[in-house]
Amino acid sequence: MLPDEVKEQIIEIVGEQDFQDSYTNKLVYSYDATPQFQAMPDAIVAPHNTEQIAQIVKVCNRFKIPIVPRGSGTNLSAGTTPLEGGVVLLFKHMDKILEIDEENLTITTQPGVITQEIINQVEERGLFYPPDPGSLNISQIGGNINENSGGLRGLKYGVTRDYVLGLEAVLPNGEILHTGGKLAKDVAGYDLTRLLVGSEGTLGIITEATLKLLPLPPAKKTALTLFEDIHMAAKAVSDIIAHKIIPATLEFLDQPTIKVVEEFSKVGLPTHAKAVLLIEQDGDSHKVEQDIKSISTICKQNEAFEVHVAQTKEEAEALTTARRAALSALSRLKPTTILEDATVPRSEIANMVKAINNIAEKYELDICTFGHAGDGNLHPTFLTDVRNKEEIERVEKAFEEIFITAVELGGTITGEHGVGAMKSPYLHLKLGEAGINTMKQLKLALDPNQIMNPGKMFAKSNRKKVVIKHEYA
Amino acid sequence: MNTHEKARIQEEFQQRMDYDELLNCMRCGFCLPSCPTYLETGKDEAHSPRGRIALMKGVVDGNIEPDEEVKKSLDMCLGCRACEPVCPSGVNYGHLLEEARDIIYQNQKTPFFQKIIRKIAFKGLFPKPKRLRRLTSLLRFYQKSKLQKIVRTLKLTKILPSTYRLMEKVLPVVPKMKEAEKRQKVLEPFSKKKKRVAFFTGCLMDSMFLSTNQSTIKLLQYAGCEVVIPDNQICCGALHGHSGEKEQAKEMAKKNIEAFENLNVDYIITNAGGCGAFLNDYHHLLKDEEEWTERATSFDQKIKDISSLLVELNFHKQSLKLPYQIVTYQDSCHLKNGQQTFMEPRQLLDSVQGTDYVEMKDASRCCGSAGIYNLVQTEMSMKILDYKMKQTRATHANVIVTANPGCLLQMKMGIEKEGLADKMRAVHIVDYLVEAYEYSKNERVS
Ligand SMILES: Cc1cc2nc3c(=O)[nH]c(=O)nc-3n(C[C@H](O)[C@H](O)[C@H](O)COP(=O)(O)OP(=O)(O)OC[C@H]3O[C@@H](n4cnc5c(N)ncnc54)[C@H](O)[C@@H]3O)c2cc1C
Ligand code: SF4
Ligand code: SF4
Repeated sequence: MLPDEVKEQIIEIVGEQDFQDSYTNKLVYSYDATPQFQAMPDAIVAPHNTEQIAQIVKVCNRFKIPIVPRGSGTNLSAGTTPLEGGVVLLFKHMDKILEIDEENLTITTQPGVITQEIINQVEERGLFYPPDPGSLNISQIGGNINENSGGLRGLKYGVTRDYVLGLEAVLPNGEILHTGGKLAKDVAGYDLTRLLVGSEGTLGIITEATLKLLPLPPAKKTALTLFEDIHMAAKAVSDIIAHKIIPATLEFLDQPTIKVVEEFSKVGLPTHAKAVLLIEQDGDSHKVEQDIKSISTICKQNEAFEVHVAQTKEEAEALTTARRAALSALSRLKPTTILEDATVPRSEIANMVKAINNIAEKYELDICTFGHAGDGNLHPTFLTDVRNKEEIERVEKAFEEIFITAVELGGTITGEHGVGAMKSPYLHLKLGEAGINTMKQLKLALDPNQIMNPGKMFAKSNRKKVVIKHEYA
Repeated sequence: MNTHEKARIQEEFQQRMDYDELLNCMRCGFCLPSCPTYLETGKDEAHSPRGRIALMKGVVDGNIEPDEEVKKSLDMCLGCRACEPVCPSGVNYGHLLEEARDIIYQNQKTPFFQKIIRKIAFKGLFPKPKRLRRLTSLLRFYQKSKLQKIVRTLKLTKILPSTYRLMEKVLPVVPKMKEAEKRQKVLEPFSKKKKRVAFFTGCLMDSMFLSTNQSTIKLLQYAGCEVVIPDNQICCGALHGHSGEKEQAKEMAKKNIEAFENLNVDYIITNAGGCGAFLNDYHHLLKDEEEWTERATSFDQKIKDISSLLVELNFHKQSLKLPYQIVTYQDSCHLKNGQQTFMEPRQLLDSVQGTDYVEMKDASRCCGSAGIYNLVQTEMSMKILDYKMKQTRATHANVIVTANPGCLLQMKMGIEKEGLADKMRAVHIVDYLVEAYEYSKNERVS
């Protein structure tokens, strides 16, 4: 429970309507899309503007109350699970696109806008916002920025970070910070924009963002290539890139994943293939045609037994939409799906796929693998059951081994889903002592009372996943 | 709710809720943008599918009590099942909701008055076709005698809450109930026989909307069907199943299975999306009664909506025509989400010559009727209806076609509420198609 004084002051700021602390409300904001994590907040607050947020932060900082900013709660690293209670901050009233600047090719938006809405709005004007996480229908841009989310088009166009030009943020002391702007060039001072992107709500609250746009590529083609051998598919990925072709999308799905995705989407995915690559190229139509042809040839050289090019825009759209559903569809198979996000340099994809399958075999676990093969970011997903404690232990061991392998291959423990509470115990594998210390110093400098999203990013010795005091009247 | 009731509800949640299904929800949130209550509450997670599933699981896990607010969240749910087809994990939300509501209603003391009303409606009225018809005849008497006029002139309806007032205005003029009673049990097709089908008449459809039922039979005959109408059939039980009266629903299911067994028909045809979706789920309703599961399953497999049958029989390739009008279609939630039938009605409407079909934005979003939802959750229902009418207006349609009696009444209320009665009408797809078929036939004759 919040101290009465705090509650009163927050209500004073946002009004009764936008302060909730009933058991029901606390429960429905106690989770995100990460399995096994759950914790109750003390209150849920929905501010209307930056000024209100600054005031709330000041109150919380004074009383050392944790603040957990929450977008749509679709993150996969327990980033919005309020492990230490406190206030969950919602952006449902801050969901407007403020400006689309067609001269400077930028969009300025509040944090609560849904990613898909941004894409729709800019595409209507012949413009293009490339980052397209699988969850784009529901994720908020504020969430994307704070997780530095990637997407299906990451290979050619990069990730969210590459499109954030400027931010407005409320710092943990209540100050309002402005970084960057509608500028192609800007070297005035430290790059605070980049520091905030991917900070997972641990350094401040993003209240406004200016994003870079591109002209919408005139043509696009989508192909599905089928393989008998999962390793040959992985090799095809490396080969395509070695031939200096960078497709917009290069997604990999293994057979079990194809099967469940097809069951849900019924778009006619080939369930007999051992692995498929979903490939998309965009650009001017001549080049697109040429690239798709070369890609087909390379895939066939790597023993693809079929290459199918989507004939209509609708068909292409159906294929990518189906791919986006992969993770959720996998949870049809077993009660719990725990997914991994390790990423390696592209050239190591084939080795990584091999290692993942060996590890799964060693620990006798069911695993499905799909992901953004083109940028070395695979999502091996364990199919398990939270009620089976013994198996969950094996899953965690397998996890650790995958992380270690990824780092050994020159990769990282998470490519796009963030550290949150889920991967904080492994962060040192990637960053080492010096890296963790630097981050800690930064964090303490900005947030000495550690009110911003505590329990995330930095490992704690007594790590708890479920923090629930039974909430009864 | 008192502590004792809460404890009992919690215990039953632990015993009866399907925990695998609850775990099947991986909390991805893909369903949120499709949920009307989530959208209309300004994105309140407590009124979203993901939130509701979390609450059910929270009660099973013992993390929260099933208090008034939990109940409110479940009550506010339309049961439209728009969250199901969009869920990649395939969570059977409808089943979870049904079970949860049943547990709450069966274990909670309802106020005396409400209890009596529920008892009369659920036990005394809907399962008894004759009584329901007699009651409807009263409505006819009210409409046909001078009573309605007097009531309206004296503005006596003013004492009613606004939704009821609207409802009073838009109720269809009820035909004589004798028509249903003297109906033949087997009717021959008007053209070469293509199928032998049974017709599920329903309760409301066979009383208040009797004329639509008569049109349905005619349409089936036009399409080449021999139509069997078993007279021992009763209400499908959907209203019961969705309102926490599951046991009663099971009894009704068994009666219907018996009534339609051994008729040697290709299909059992329904003309109400809500009934169809409940009927084709009888095997789930009766899953704990082994001796019934097989019978229920073969019953379920025969259920087919009229529009789906008509397309199968190529009725849309027959000559259908009407004077110029713009037509739009409002999906019946349970026809779309419970029976995956949404292309067929559009195909049929599109084939009517002389008219323009215009799809409205978010046609598949619930209209807010949802059984008796518009009477018990009036405020939310009207918000949802307002959104719907905004989209309807944008199509400039002269006709809104629906495929379920609840939707039909709701759309009529919408038209009335917006003052569009002189420009727009709402009809059941069956009536519309009979109109088009007969118009075209007459034109050819003359
Ligand atoms: C089925 C599925 C598919 C997915 N596919 C992808 C994918 O392809 N690529 C990918 O990268 N991710 C993917 N994700 C993960 C997730 O959707 C992304 O991380 C997304 O960006 C989260 O957005 P959100 O609005 O749900 O944020 P949330 O989950 O609510 O929050 C994410 C983080 O951002 C912080 N935060 C949110 N808003 C603010 C704000 N205004 N200020 C400060 N901090 C804030 C939160 O505290 C939290 O740490 C997927 C998830 C699912 C369930
Ligand atoms: S889409 Fe399905 S799995 Fe995802 S949150 Fe909704 S019900 Fe749960
Ligand atoms: S049934 Fe309809 S109202 Fe209920 S949770 Fe699903 S989408 Fe929302």
